Amino acid sequence: MNKQKDATIPTIPTKARLSRWFGRNLIRIYAVFGFTYLFIPVVYTFAFSFNDSGKSNLIWKGFTLDNWKNPCGAPEVCTALGNSIKIGLLATVFSTILGTMIAFAIGRYAFKGRSSSNLLIFLPMATPEIVLGASLLSLFLVFHINPGFWPTVIAHVMFCISFVVVTVKARIASLDPRLEQAAMDLYANELETFRRVTLPLVAPGIAGAALLAFSLSFDDFIITNFNSGTLKTFPEFVYTSAARGIPAQANVIGSAMFILALLIVIAGQFVGRKVKVSK
Amino acid sequence: MNNILSKVKLPYLLLLPGFLFLFIFFILPIVNLAQTSTQTPIVGGDTGQYEQTLQFSNYIAAFTENREQFARSFIFALCATVLALAIAYPLAYAIAFKAGKLKNFLLVLVVAPFFVSFLLRTIAWKQILGEEGFVVPTLRNIGIIGQSTTLTSTSFAVVMGMTYNFLPFMTLPLYASLERIDPRTMEASGDLYANGITTFRKVTLPLSMPGVVAGTLLTFIPAAGDYVNAAILGSPNTKMIGNVIESRYFKIVDYPTAAALSFTLMAAILILVTVYIRKAGTEELV
Repeated sequence: MNKQKDATIPTIPTKARLSRWFGRNLIRIYAVFGFTYLFIPVVYTFAFSFNDSGKSNLIWKGFTLDNWKNPCGAPEVCTALGNSIKIGLLATVFSTILGTMIAFAIGRYAFKGRSSSNLLIFLPMATPEIVLGASLLSLFLVFHINPGFWPTVIAHVMFCISFVVVTVKARIASLDPRLEQAAMDLYANELETFRRVTLPLVAPGIAGAALLAFSLSFDDFIITNFNSGTLKTFPEFVYTSAARGIPAQANVIGSAMFILALLIVIAGQFVGRKVKVSK
Repeated sequence: MNNILSKVKLPYLLLLPGFLFLFIFFILPIVNLAQTSTQTPIVGGDTGQYEQTLQFSNYIAAFTENREQFARSFIFALCATVLALAIAYPLAYAIAFKAGKLKNFLLVLVVAPFFVSFLLRTIAWKQILGEEGFVVPTLRNIGIIGQSTTLTSTSFAVVMGMTYNFLPFMTLPLYASLERIDPRTMEASGDLYANGITTFRKVTLPLSMPGVVAGTLLTFIPAAGDYVNAAILGSPNTKMIGNVIESRYFKIVDYPTAAALSFTLMAAILILVTVYIRKAGTEELV
């Protein structure tokens, strides 16, 4: 009975066919809604970067390219962006180096205290940002260190390390140990094996971790707000100007960062594919 | 002999710089925070000057004064986590099993909104849902909401903002654990006459539990301590504990209360997380 029905699909009433299509594609329809939700504010931010808005970018007043031609047009916006980039780069370099070393130690060696090391890495991630930021500020205050550029860099390195460790460690865990054994069999010593086999294989993980660290640092507001003092980063600029209305230039920078990051990710995927092919 | 010794030492040498850093800038501050939390104002001192007196009643005062905000933080964070799970699970499932060649592209799309500063996106929500946006007038015209109802400055907006902001943190771990599932296990379940729902309940869901645990933690923890969403999308009536801590630090310069609140928040979250990980039975999180 059932089989006969399946064989004669065209005779099934449209309504049933529709509902069957829905049943089969429900998850895809759901995914489309999910992506729409994710992208509504992105599209909004992008659209309003072209708004001929004047001072407060609240209502659509007409299309213009002026904001994109002159992204530093609003006061302070580029200083804040510069601060964020400087802090982001420094935090990325330090946290990637420190985190990668830890990841190799935990991922590669069995030693006493390994599980407590894991715990020490997990704890900063399990602590709310506001506690991290507030506690670091009180430490700086005790030692009479004024909040500002370097305290912010230190704060960012601190919360980025754990994310670097987790990312690099995952890559190390996925390595095939036979590749290193093969290098050793071919008379490479430990250092050579590390330099010419292990490190190149872990490199994509390290690159991913660095990218993650930079985006975490660049986008951080809560911890920064506690430790930056009078210095203003880009998120802080957006937050403080929100009351008066953010200038469209902020939207330009947000959109530009979005495009830039997408390009980096796509380029990374291409490089990754090439590496796989050449293997 | 020398070689063996250096081999034993090597992992510790690798750990040393990073752990020294974490010790000074993570452990010490937390210890210091604990100390600060029991201080009292210096008699006759300026605002912001405190001395160590081991005044543990700071905690009781801080908690009873802000019970409401504490409760709200945990309820909001719980709602945001559940909503994010409900949105992210099908999304991750679709990317892992139904996307075909588009898999990598869709994965990038999930992370992509992340790159527009989260403050810009939150403010975008405020404007979209605000009086000048298109959503509120439309809903009023259709009659779904009353003429005087607003969407911003409500608990709804705060929870929605948090759900939105932490969605990638939920989706990525879910995807990672779903993608690892061998599709043949699901086929096998079908071969053994399980229907779609049973297969999901007995095979897919249990196998994706590590992702569910990691995702819910990565959403709940930052959500419970968040104050940005409440500050931008909420009103004085939707203040969370993060807002209280922030204003105690910056506006009132009441460091002991702020420290006591921070410490209580951290302890509460750590206890919840520990219980949750035990119950969910995944130890391979870290």
